[in-house]
Amino acid sequence: MSGVVDLIGAVALIGLIKVVVVFVALLLTAALVTYMERKVIADMQARVGPNRWGPFGLLQAIADGIKLFFKEDFRPAAADRWTYAIAPAAAMVPSFLAIAVVPLGDHVTVGDRRVDFVIADINIGILYFLAMGSLGVYGVVLAGWASGSKYPLLGGVRSTAQLISYEIALGLSLVPIAMVAGSLSLSDIVAAQAGTVGNVTFFDGIPVLEQLQDIFSIVPNWYIWSQWPAFAIFFVAGIAETNRAPFDLPEAETELIAGYHTEYSGIRFAMFYLGEYIHVVVLSAVAVSLFFGGWHGPGLGILPWLWPLLWFLAKTLVVVYLIIWLRATLPRLRYDRLMWLGWKRLIPAALLWIVVTATVNTEGVSRNIRLAVFVVLAGLILAWVGRGDPRLAFAVNPQSGDDRGSA
Amino acid sequence: MATTEDRVVDASEVAAEVSRGNLLTEEMVLNVGPQHPATHGVFRLLATLDGEVLVNADPVIGYMHRGYEKLVEARDYRQITNLVSRMDWLSGINNELPLALALETLMEIEVPARAQYMRVAMCEMNRILNHLMFFASFGAELGAITPTFYAFREREDIQMAMEMTTGGRMHFGFFRPGGLKEDAPKGFFQQALKGVRQVIERLPDYENLLIGNEIFKQRTVNVGILPQDVAYSYGVSGPIARGSDISFDVRKDEPYSSYDHFDFNVHSAPNGDCFDRFWVLLHEVVESAKIVEQAIEGMPDGPIMGKVPRVVQAPKGEVYVRTENPLGELGMYLVSDGDRRPYRLKIRTPSYSNVSALPYVLKNTYVSDMIAILGSFFFVLGDIDR
Repeated sequence: MSGVVDLIGAVALIGLIKVVVVFVALLLTAALVTYMERKVIADMQARVGPNRWGPFGLLQAIADGIKLFFKEDFRPAAADRWTYAIAPAAAMVPSFLAIAVVPLGDHVTVGDRRVDFVIADINIGILYFLAMGSLGVYGVVLAGWASGSKYPLLGGVRSTAQLISYEIALGLSLVPIAMVAGSLSLSDIVAAQAGTVGNVTFFDGIPVLEQLQDIFSIVPNWYIWSQWPAFAIFFVAGIAETNRAPFDLPEAETELIAGYHTEYSGIRFAMFYLGEYIHVVVLSAVAVSLFFGGWHGPGLGILPWLWPLLWFLAKTLVVVYLIIWLRATLPRLRYDRLMWLGWKRLIPAALLWIVVTATVNTEGVSRNIRLAVFVVLAGLILAWVGRGDPRLAFAVNPQSGDDRGSA
Repeated sequence: MATTEDRVVDASEVAAEVSRGNLLTEEMVLNVGPQHPATHGVFRLLATLDGEVLVNADPVIGYMHRGYEKLVEARDYRQITNLVSRMDWLSGINNELPLALALETLMEIEVPARAQYMRVAMCEMNRILNHLMFFASFGAELGAITPTFYAFREREDIQMAMEMTTGGRMHFGFFRPGGLKEDAPKGFFQQALKGVRQVIERLPDYENLLIGNEIFKQRTVNVGILPQDVAYSYGVSGPIARGSDISFDVRKDEPYSSYDHFDFNVHSAPNGDCFDRFWVLLHEVVESAKIVEQAIEGMPDGPIMGKVPRVVQAPKGEVYVRTENPLGELGMYLVSDGDRRPYRLKIRTPSYSNVSALPYVLKNTYVSDMIAILGSFFFVLGDIDR
């Protein structure tokens, strides 16, 4: 053991162990999430869901993986050979990489060395996460183009447009968080959410509410309370970036067969599939870190390093559940509606929210005024985003032109 | 048919077009189908796309042509009942009705009241089955996967009732010239009432789930408008015509098989878009459920078969009978030369006329709208091609 440490250095060894453990854990979580999605949606739809392999069908994901692995690896004659082969990896790898900056738990002390439960605590963590999210789309676009087929091409084009519309809103929605936390590092942002909201004096002097405000001394100090408009924008844009319903236009099965991965089968299809679920898990993990206090949570005395990990997993799965729930409920958005929502609602709302956050966090503004302004403005912005499309009252389709052909 | 020809585009030509403000783009011909998830069958659509906009759509049908009109000329009347039930496989028993009515008219057979009420009840149950199926598929096509399974759950109880009477779940073969094959078995009425009451009770929830959804409205309102005059000119009928403000229903306007004994409404909607067609379809489910309730509660006693000669042999003559199929007006023109088999049976199926309006509606829509429009035209391929 000491020989290995001497050879490559303790830091590198710890890093290597972290990478391997997180990689395996992420794979297992993704497998668990595919199973969870099928079970949860089945339950919502009055079905049973997978129940053949293993207890409660738990091994279904593994069975699927084995099946896909041994399937014929088919490549259409019209496909661009190398791009076609690279695209699935290009879609999957960035999803894995993004988890590197997410703090998964507290730290442990091994010997005299402090080991954090994060692979790389870089000081531009948020930017890194955004960059990886954008890189993943290359896989989709390349797959759509390289398949040499029309449906994947349409899926790839849709994906490009979707990325441009939502990446900006996604980035802008994280600016207020960076402003209030004063850092772009996810570890710092999580650390800033430790403890409880504390002593609130907002309702002092009002009889009943004065008593009720004491409850804030046990409410965790998460950013979701003050930054929920940012969370709403982040969540919508994030789902759009992961190509999940209701933003699953690039793979809309009833329109484009399977969109960009129509021509893929076997293990390459599995890579797309896996990449999507990893992306969902990572997005949820980042959402938890940014808005829900990350790994913070009460623990029992024993095994102090374990509880943060469990809290983090539990919170992440709750967000994943939300995403699954959306898929079971909502129809798919139309292409032009998606653009409209991204450009005309989410981006302006995110910009406005940055201004609001900047204004009320100025030095010298009392906490009570800050709270009041936050609540009122957040409500107004959300109402504006959610008020729907005024154009719906008129003809909104391209048919409104007069070129209708003869009856 | 559109063909893609290799066109060499000169770079200077492109530059000139771009400088004139016209971005030179190429149209793409997309072959939707014959196997495509949104066409529920072998329906093919040659779509000319400019980006995501459908410049032109050319439906190609005939992949399922089975030559029923010729087949029936070689079979006697008892066998034809089972043939025609396979035309529109979602509403088998509704297809059998006009044939029975045509024969009864030619042979001057009086159908007993009980048989008529049973026919109405079963036809309306079949209509509910058909409409719920389209409710399911329309939601699924728009990406809402959950309503599909709810619709199938509701279908099951009614399907059971049909099964315990006829023995079939899709192709029933139950109507005979002069009446029915058998009387209703024990427990049929309770099962049928249970099924339709469940539908009446639960449908508002499903309506909320889908119709109340903002995204659903965005996908369907003002999409795929079929104006009233166009609907008339193409001979569109059924829920699609009623969605275009044509309040015509054969059950109401030319009652057959004692439909005039029942109290029900004909819903129509003014705008002719996908939303209206779907809205009409959903509201017809409730009306059908009401008819079933009335028919079962007022079910008269008596025989289920009129006085029919041992050999079903229509006298020389011709007759045209039309009924309201779930998807529209189903007409049968029966010409008999006095034999045991028809000399000619011309069938006017609703889906065939309805899809003929598709090129008009599909012109200049988005690809996603194409799916909504195809879904809201409620066609069955077997009914188009027969």
